[in-house]
Amino acid sequence: MSLKSTDLPAPAPARKLRPTRTAGRFSLPKRPAGTVYRGGEGMWSWVLHRITGVAIYFFLLVHILDTALVRVSPEAYNAVINTYKNPIMGLGELGLVAAIGFHALNGIRIILIDFWSVGTRNQRLMFWIVIALWAVLMLGFAPRHLMHVFGGE
Amino acid sequence: MSTLIVDAVEAPTQSSISDLEAGPPGSFVVTLIIRRFIPEIDEEPRWQDFDVRVLPTDRILDALHKIKWEQDGSLTFRRSCAHGICGSDAMRINGRNRLACKTLIKDLDPTQPIYVEAIKGLPLEKDLIVDMEPFFESYRQIQPFLQASGNPVRERTQSVAARERFDDTTKCILCAACTSSCPVFWTDGQYFGPAAIVNAHRFIFDDRDEAAKVRLDILNDKEGVWRCRTTFNCSEACPRGIEVTKAIQEVKQAVLRGHA
Repeated sequence: MSLKSTDLPAPAPARKLRPTRTAGRFSLPKRPAGTVYRGGEGMWSWVLHRITGVAIYFFLLVHILDTALVRVSPEAYNAVINTYKNPIMGLGELGLVAAIGFHALNGIRIILIDFWSVGTRNQRLMFWIVIALWAVLMLGFAPRHLMHVFGGE
Repeated sequence: MSTLIVDAVEAPTQSSISDLEAGPPGSFVVTLIIRRFIPEIDEEPRWQDFDVRVLPTDRILDALHKIKWEQDGSLTFRRSCAHGICGSDAMRINGRNRLACKTLIKDLDPTQPIYVEAIKGLPLEKDLIVDMEPFFESYRQIQPFLQASGNPVRERTQSVAARERFDDTTKCILCAACTSSCPVFWTDGQYFGPAAIVNAHRFIFDDRDEAAKVRLDILNDKEGVWRCRTTFNCSEACPRGIEVTKAIQEVKQAVLRGHA
């Protein structure tokens, strides 16, 4: 009896060697999808740039709407702004500043990659400089801001 | 010592299970988890694991060969020269695009399973083989050939400095490791992709060539160089060490200048 090679998915004899490991790893989860691409600093900075960019966009949308309320009436504006003064929005503001800080600094990195002749060769170093600067700025901002949010006045 | 010789002699006749238990000195068993897809029997790709006895200096390609020759003949992958020149065996190894023939076991972490799957963004045909036609179509569109007027009676001379200008991009072997590592290409199959731009760069900056303007016009397109988001995956994936993103940036600047 002849079989085409495609007729059977050929059981790998190796499987029997370590039944516990293979059973635990492979019989349960069905994973048809591929693995996540493990890019370097360049790819992950791009991912962060995208996420922070979209987040900032949605903030600006809300921000324009609430600021426009001044034209409706100052009372309406104050009422809306007062609802922001709670710890959840306070943490949101921390996230907003973190996102804008990264997006701005990484934006400078991207400009340098585009227009500086050795920018592409130094993109990895520049990414870590961005992270360092961002961390310094956040260390200056976060404690003060959190004191305002949770300290009460 | 004598047992080693006996093992070496007997190994080919033994089944693969006993082959796993004994092997050449310094060898060990590594698990490869391969994303299989046989269109005749699989609806979806599936992961299958294989244990292979390898040496640290073996390449992923050697491990794939051992699987195909000794465990499962249906495992399908491309390879031709097996020495990093033909560009046939680009695949995603532990989440990064590599040539299987240039990736040594010892450069990965052999204590962990090694994941091997087809490159992403091109239609999967079978196991580790994708349809390369969209990739080559982009390559053809940028006119990858010398276009020079005149009918010279001897070779077209070129200064060392002029040759140096595009030296980096002459190294491309069209393996598609760069293009299929690009997040933009994954989601937007219309994008020319890094490899096509690299090969355009090779002729745009060649001072013997006269069609730089034509290629710059082709790449000054919504799906041309401006799609590049400088993620540097291509530069990191290139098995020839081409600074791919740098080449793309140089083409961008040439487009802005209007000439090479």
